[in-house]
Amino acid sequence: MNLKQEKINGCTVLFIKDERIDAHNSGELKEAILRLIEQGEVNIIVQLEQVRFIDSSGLGALLSGYKNAAAKSGKLAIANMQQQVLSMFELTRLNRVFEIYADLNEAFEGET
Amino acid sequence: MCNSIIQVEVIIPTQTKYLDLIGSIGEHIAKELDDYSGDREALAYHLNLVLTEATVNAIKHANHKNPKDTVKITIHIQENELNIKVYDHGQGFDLESVPLPDFEHPKEGGMGIFFIRTLMDSVTYTRQGDCNVLEIIKYLS
Repeated sequence: MNLKQEKINGCTVLFIKDERIDAHNSGELKEAILRLIEQGEVNIIVQLEQVRFIDSSGLGALLSGYKNAAAKSGKLAIANMQQQVLSMFELTRLNRVFEIYADLNEAFEGET
Repeated sequence: MCNSIIQVEVIIPTQTKYLDLIGSIGEHIAKELDDYSGDREALAYHLNLVLTEATVNAIKHANHKNPKDTVKITIHIQENELNIKVYDHGQGFDLESVPLPDFEHPKEGGMGIFFIRTLMDSVTYTRQGDCNVLEIIKYLS
């Protein structure tokens, strides 16, 4: 999986550079997020601008990251979702679990 | 009313790297349907997703003792009925016992069958000869 990470305002932003997250690459995403958390990077924003397709295993990988970050008093949020991807979060009610931002500016709004 | 007939049959090894191919076929079909009046972009995503989930399910339930095992997927559209069949050669599972996801306490797994049931009109899983067949129907009216 093609990932890029950047530290912005104390958060680790994980940019997913693939168009598709499915059972073929979701394991890799899950591992990458877990590695970040193990390294102490517990405040993570996953930036999904490039992602036009996510399946149940991709949602599962993000949920795993969310739970593991929360267990270490951190947070995993999502930014820049395309409409069809967002509709999968709505269908599974995961939009109630994750903090979802239109973009990174909105994610960092209000922070000093 | 859509009168054209589309019939596709694909056989793949039981490997997840082929999911993109299978999902993409569904997406392309949705975009080229004659006379579909609904939200074509949504249908394209839904067919991509349902084919992906159904194929993952078949790979998961495949005969893992046979490294040459395959999954067969057929897509058949006639009039306003879209019919998907996914064949596996494994032990099978009980579709009716797959529970709805617990939305208050979401878990990592178990959303695949939920997507198929929610986005399509009918889903059955039956034994046919030496195969199990997951049959999915969507009415395109």
